[in-house]
Amino acid sequence: MSSPVTDFFDSLRDRVHSAMAEHRKAGKITVQIGSATCEHAAGSLDVLDEFTKHIQSSGSDAIEIHKTGCTGRCSKEPIVGIFVPGQAPVKYERVNRELVHEIFTKHIQKGCPLPEHALDGSLDRQNLGAGQGAKSSVSQKFTEMYGDVSFFTAQNRIAMRNSGVLDPESLEEYIALDGFKALATVLGKNDPQWVINEVLKARLRGRGGGGFLTGKKWELATQNEEKTRYIICNGDEGDPGAFMDRGMLESDPFSVLEGMIIGGYAIGAGKGFWYIRAEYPLAIKRIQNAIDLCTKAGLLGKNIMGSGWDFEMEIRLGAGAFVCGEETALIRSIEGERGQPKVRPPFPTTRGLWGKPTCINNVETFANITAIVNHGGEWFASVGTEESGGTKVFALAGKVKHTGLVEVPLGTPLKDVVFGIGGGVQDDKALKAIQTGGPAGGFIPAAMDNLAVDFGPLSKVGSIMGSGGMIVLSEEDCIVDISKFYLSFTQEESCGKCTPCREGTTRMLEILERITSGAAVLEDLDKLERLGKLCQQTALCGLGRAAPNPVLSSLKHFRDEYVEHIQDKTCRAKKCVAMIHFEINAEACIGCTACVRNCPVNCIAGQRKEAHVIDQSRCVKCGQCFDFCRFNAVERK
Amino acid sequence: MNHQTATTITDNWEAVRAACLEVLPAHIIAFIENNRDMEHSEGQLIAALHMVQAHFGYLAQDTMHAVAQLAQIPLAKVTGVATFYHYFRLQPRGKHMISVCLGTACYVKGADKVAQRLMDELGIHFGETTRDGLFSLDSTRCLGTCGLAPVAMVDNQVYGPLTPTDVSVILAKYVKKEKGTAE
Repeated sequence: MSSPVTDFFDSLRDRVHSAMAEHRKAGKITVQIGSATCEHAAGSLDVLDEFTKHIQSSGSDAIEIHKTGCTGRCSKEPIVGIFVPGQAPVKYERVNRELVHEIFTKHIQKGCPLPEHALDGSLDRQNLGAGQGAKSSVSQKFTEMYGDVSFFTAQNRIAMRNSGVLDPESLEEYIALDGFKALATVLGKNDPQWVINEVLKARLRGRGGGGFLTGKKWELATQNEEKTRYIICNGDEGDPGAFMDRGMLESDPFSVLEGMIIGGYAIGAGKGFWYIRAEYPLAIKRIQNAIDLCTKAGLLGKNIMGSGWDFEMEIRLGAGAFVCGEETALIRSIEGERGQPKVRPPFPTTRGLWGKPTCINNVETFANITAIVNHGGEWFASVGTEESGGTKVFALAGKVKHTGLVEVPLGTPLKDVVFGIGGGVQDDKALKAIQTGGPAGGFIPAAMDNLAVDFGPLSKVGSIMGSGGMIVLSEEDCIVDISKFYLSFTQEESCGKCTPCREGTTRMLEILERITSGAAVLEDLDKLERLGKLCQQTALCGLGRAAPNPVLSSLKHFRDEYVEHIQDKTCRAKKCVAMIHFEINAEACIGCTACVRNCPVNCIAGQRKEAHVIDQSRCVKCGQCFDFCRFNAVERK
Repeated sequence: MNHQTATTITDNWEAVRAACLEVLPAHIIAFIENNRDMEHSEGQLIAALHMVQAHFGYLAQDTMHAVAQLAQIPLAKVTGVATFYHYFRLQPRGKHMISVCLGTACYVKGADKVAQRLMDELGIHFGETTRDGLFSLDSTRCLGTCGLAPVAMVDNQVYGPLTPTDVSVILAKYVKKEKGTAE
């Protein structure tokens, strides 16, 4: 059936497809280089520079460079893909300038790939041919490119289907991968309620931490009499140790943008705001680029796709306040105020930005919307659990072998993520706990690693899903110390508006400091628990109510470690400085003087080739000697 | 917010505006004035402060005063916003900005030791600037490059994974570059 919208979209898509087909005919070899904050930090700009020089000096016009986002395989970056037409794609890990030369001369020019540098040894496992193992047609293209890498085959990529596949600055490439098909469908149907119903069927729950049903939130906003409505994308990713949103904003900005336009249409908004951390300059640049390109192409602004519907977007920058991830605080910040939360209700869907109905959704929530529209809400729901549909992206970090972004269906057991995809604990130490949800989350002890990752099961054990931070802790981490770390974070980030959070976190932190310095008594644990529960029940906003979670969940699962700190004055992980001292094992010491030379207070005595001795009375327990000794002669006791 | 035309905001508007022109660069003046008569223009306050900090490196008293005057927002509110958000600095910063990531991933991998070494070598704490004005030190919560943990960022360059020993090497590099340009 022909309508202005379908005509608009068909002609746009046909233009892109014929241009792409023309380009493919040229049969060029493609060098694909990751370009995102993490890739740049790992040195991908040097790699880009070196490939450019090599291509120029070779004089060949049959090789082209293709920029892409980040796949999420962080610890192996920079990642380079070599795509020779008609051959399976080859990906290389940890590429540097020297390796570029080797790849260029051996692989590109002579056709001999280098298996020893292939990503995760992917060239060695020919049984996993490219294109196999696609979990759904959504991630077909991703699987074609990365289907032979075990880190990815165990995942199911929906929100991150295009990350590491397309050039995040090219609208054409996005359109070629079914981009804006969902928006065309939605505008063609001309029925906002249809979108809401699909999202409800999908059982999509907010990916920012709250876990509220997205479809429900949208429906609430439409039930309001007030017709001026706003939609906001919350990209104020403040959880330390989480970087899913940055990954998606930098690697696939158009998907998030399209999801947001559809959301705006569903609730009848005329304007959308992006609230992005100022600490993410590349994400901001790419979103602005996406907005500009879409506006120019008639996909944003007045009369979108010829449908007669107007919708515009604007970026607002955060300014380093964790609390602004909370929706009422975020609204205050966009209004140009101090980001202090307000009492809910009224919820923003009733009275939000400038008093108008407002929906605030997370980056990842929007990234899922196009897949739901294209493939149906029922399909999306079938991926997850009874309770929540779809997948969740986790930022897997800490003491895990493979750090990175991991997308798995909700309901996947924790151990499949940590051991299956993450490769287990670094240096093969024992797993102590898995921390989810960042400063608002809790600890899950190693014994519960069979727990399904889903909103319900996680909150049952005292943790939360949160935005998707997942920190792996080994036997070498002290649970009291890490709890203190989280609490010092929330204490510092407390906006100061309500007493339970402002004073409660401060007093709790004082108790934790007493515990780690060996000055606490057993009653302090009861005080800690009482204060924590009080704060949980009475703080004004979600930040305050969740602040005690790390402490309370660690008290629940690791109380014996707290007791050890208090009664025995020992820290089994040897982290709490007040409870350890350093000694040199005279038998293991070969007398290399490395510790003597690096001791900042000169308290280590000993000549070359003689065993050294630490003067305990002057030692400041900085641990330098422990780090510098290459013979494991310095012992923490 | 003020919807009057600029000339009638105050009797001495010409003098007020002239004083602001001396403090702020033209593009920031234009940004504030273009927004002033728009609906919800006070929402652009944070954006204006970002521009001032990008230009000067920090928010000085006189620049905040000029923003307040031009945007017709009370100085108390401008100061309130500037002090609420960690990203805004009220003191001038050194030539090179060092941010140590103290996010969770970096913390469990020993960021505290890297931070301690930086403080020892530079002789300053977080939020301070070395006497020669070369380095400012700050902590940050997650740079989003957890795969390289622990990391620190000098200006826009991210370094990681770091050991305390690497700190001396990196600092020496910047000091050397500085001496090179001075000669």
